[in-house]
Parts: sequence; C-alpha cells; structure tokens
Amino acid sequence: MAEVLGAYRRLFAAQVRSQTQYRVSFAVDLLFNAGLTVIDVLVLLTVFRVTPELAGFDVRATLVMAGLAQLAFQLADLAVGNLERVPFYLRTGLLDAVLLRPLSAFGQLVVLDFAVRRVGRVLQGVATYGVALSLAGIGWTGPRVVLAVVAPFAGAVCYGAIFTAGAATMFWLVDGGEVVNVLTYGGRDFASYPTPVYGAWFGRVFGFALGLASVGYLPALALLGRSDPLGTPAWAHWGAPLVSVAWALVAALLWRVGIRHYRSTGS
Amino acid sequence: MPAFAALVRAGFQRHASYRRATLASAFTNSVFGFLKCYVLLTAASGRGEIAGYDAASLAMFAWAGQGLLGVVELFSWTEVTNRIRTGDIVSDLLRPVNPMVAFLAADLGRAGHALVIRLAVPITLGALCFPLRWPSAAATWLWLAVSVLLATVISFATRYLVNLLAFWWLDARGPNTLWLFGSALFSGLAIPIPFFPEWAQTVLWCTPFPWMLQAPLDVLLERGSPVLSVGGATVVAVGMLGSCAVVQHVAVRRLVVQGG
Repeated sequence: MAEVLGAYRRLFAAQVRSQTQYRVSFAVDLLFNAGLTVIDVLVLLTVFRVTPELAGFDVRATLVMAGLAQLAFQLADLAVGNLERVPFYLRTGLLDAVLLRPLSAFGQLVVLDFAVRRVGRVLQGVATYGVALSLAGIGWTGPRVVLAVVAPFAGAVCYGAIFTAGAATMFWLVDGGEVVNVLTYGGRDFASYPTPVYGAWFGRVFGFALGLASVGYLPALALLGRSDPLGTPAWAHWGAPLVSVAWALVAALLWRVGIRHYRSTGS
Repeated sequence: MPAFAALVRAGFQRHASYRRATLASAFTNSVFGFLKCYVLLTAASGRGEIAGYDAASLAMFAWAGQGLLGVVELFSWTEVTNRIRTGDIVSDLLRPVNPMVAFLAADLGRAGHALVIRLAVPITLGALCFPLRWPSAAATWLWLAVSVLLATVISFATRYLVNLLAFWWLDARGPNTLWLFGSALFSGLAIPIPFFPEWAQTVLWCTPFPWMLQAPLDVLLERGSPVLSVGGATVVAVGMLGSCAVVQHVAVRRLVVQGG
C-alpha cells in the first residue's frame, strides 16, 4: 500500500515540478484560469442588474447558490477534470500503456496531466463563496457552519462523480463525448441558480432526478433558513450533501463497467 | 474563384463526415438553451419585459443564440496556432491561395454545414417548447441571411487574428483566453448586450464581439434598423479581414523556416 501511494506521489510531484518550471508562464496561466471562471459570476450580476429577483431570490441569496456550485465544480475540476481527456487517450493508444502498469487506471489518469494551473479557479471559487456567505446575512449557528464547510466538498464529489461517469461513457461514445458537457458544465450552470427558475419538468429532471439541486440550491436554503417554494422539507435541505454518496457509487460502477468494456485496437 | 468554391465545399464535407460529433454538439447546445431560456424568462416574469425584450423575444434570443453559436463558431479555434507551432504553416504558405483566404473558405463551408444541423436542432426544440417571436416582415429573413454571413466572417477574422499571434508567442494561450472571455461574455451568448449599462454597451460595440452574435439576433428580433446593423457589420468585417492581412504580411516577412 505504502509503495503504491509512493508511486502516485512521485508521479504527482513530477507533474507539479514540470508544470511550475517556468514561473512567469505558470503565474500567468493561474491568473487566466481564475479570470475565466469570473465570467459566470459576471453573468449572474448582470442578470440582477435588470431584475431585482429570480423566482423570489435576490442577488445575495442567489450568490450563495452560485458560490457553492462554482467552488464545488472548481474543486472537482482540479481533482479529476482531466478525465475529459479520456477520448484523447483512447485515440492515441495511451490508455493501453496505462492499463499495462501495476497501478489503477483511474488513479493514473487522475495523476497524469494533473493541471496545477486549475488551482487558480479554486481560488476564484473560494473568493466567490466567501463573499457570498459574508453578504448573505446568515444567522450563523454550529450546524450552519458545519454545513457551509461540508456542502462545497459534497458538491465536489457530485461533480467529480459526473466527470468520472462521463469519462466512463467515452468508452462507448468516443467522438460523441461532447454530450457529457451537459452534465458537467451544464450541471454547474444549473446549480448556480435557484431550482424553481427552471420550469416544472426540466427543473425536476436536473434538480431532483439527477440530484443537482443538492449542490447549490438545497444547502443554500438551509444556510439562509428559508423554506422551499417547491415544497421540499427542511431535512432534505440539511441532508442534501448525502446525494454525493449516491453519485459516487453510480460513478464507480459505471467506470468499472466502462473500463472492462474497453477493447484496445492493438495498434 | 473556382478554388474558393472548392475550398468552401471541402470545408462543408469535412464537417459532414463527423455526424455523431455534430449531433452531440447540437444536443449539448440545446440543453444549454433550456438553461439560458429559463433564467431569462424568470428574470422577465415580474414585469413582462426587460431591456426591451418581452418573453417571446427572450426565448427567441436564447434559442437562436444557441443555434447560431455553432454557425458563427464562438468556441476557441487553434488550428492555425497549431500549424504555426509545428511548422506546417509553411506548406500553407507555399500554396497558390493565400492562407487567410483558404482558411476563410473552409470556415464558410463549416458554417454552411452548421446551418443544417447545429442551427436547426435547437431552433426546432425551442419552437416546440416555448412561444418564440418570429420576424413580422418578410424582408427580415433576407437581412438575417446577410447578417449571419457577415457575423461568420467577423468571427473567423477575429479567431484568425488570435491564431496569427502564435507567430510571435508560439502558444497563443493568452490571446486565446481573451477570446474566450470576449466570445462568452461580450458577444450576446450568455446575456443580451442591452443588459449591460449604457456606457459598457457603447464600448462593446467598438469591439468585434457583439457583431458575431448580438448583431444577427438584433436583426432577427427586428430591434433597430437592419440597414445600420448590416452596414456596421460590413465595416467591421472589412476592418478585421484587413487587420488579418496586415498582421499575416508582417508575420510572414519575419518568419524563418528551419530546414530539416
């Protein structure tokens, strides 16, 4: 076990060292990465320039949801976002090399090409979430503090699982891989706004069947101490982080089935 | 001219061969259409209209925008950058057709193919699920066709210019980030330009970005004079293509081809 962890650590350290070799280049990259993710926040603020509220939530309440969704997504993107490159590994045959090594394929794919510059996005997520929490006028209690800390990580597990499940479907979809963006980037955009915004059936599918309301909307209700116009009970707001467990199980299963399904072209 | 037509056809065929990828893009654009449409409609639900858009206009804005984004191509494009980095650009320069003209022709072919699927799927889905505001004057369709063509040319020229910077910087990641920022936020893709404050709108219309999507959408929704919009787009298109030509000329003069 220690040996395996050591191998991962060495692979990881090599990536970090190589990517931070050119300091200025790396710093500029970090900055650009943080800058790009600001777009979503700017869009939200511009929408609230022309309307005082969305489905009964003002800009401060919505920012808490967006902050949660953004931070959760950035954390997942940092950790496993490069699984998006699976189609590239399939095409170039690199996956065969990965499968031949005595380490788990998933672990190697996460460590290979780990994009250190994405730390910039996480910093942006932390900043947005921090500002949102301080502006929202939350009546802080012990349980709320715990939820405020746990919720972004639970959301990150959800998005990480979506990235993993998406990568697993690449074994079948190959060049149709863009559909996965619907759940990754689309999932982030969905969770950045209150779920009642999204009409009856669309909101139900994305928010409750796929569980994405549990990333931003439901925990934000618990933090703000508000009731849900959609009628979900308070325990569901507090229990929302548990949805991440279900997502993790589904993703683990899909990944296992997917990688067994893979047949190398042998070229 | 026959060469240009052949290159347009080749661009069309190249994209026609990736059927599954095209359908995947059309599907993805459509789901994002729902996300965008619902947010815009909810924002307008209180007062019935915002920034001069009523509900049907906002729905049309969202769905036509999702369809046109694949036609004018607002995502990042690094084909020329990659060719400059690997040196393949040399073989483009050796051909009897100016590379800018050749890439423009291929891009127009790509846009033509996108009209068939990437525009049709989201618009159809949008029309099935939401009341959309269709043009009231027949002439609007003609203006729209010209406007979309000009928007595609402006988008191409801006992308090409960003790509050309790789002659100096090798990887055009910095300029490419600016492109992503501009095309996502300032083109009318995420939010209509009239949502921004007055002064910001004035500044934005001085950049190429609103001309790539907001301008054709304005023509479609019959906001403002189509003559002014198409006239302005013509000036921007000529200006951007001219800038590309100058930058390419300067770049090629300082290009040193390494043998081997």
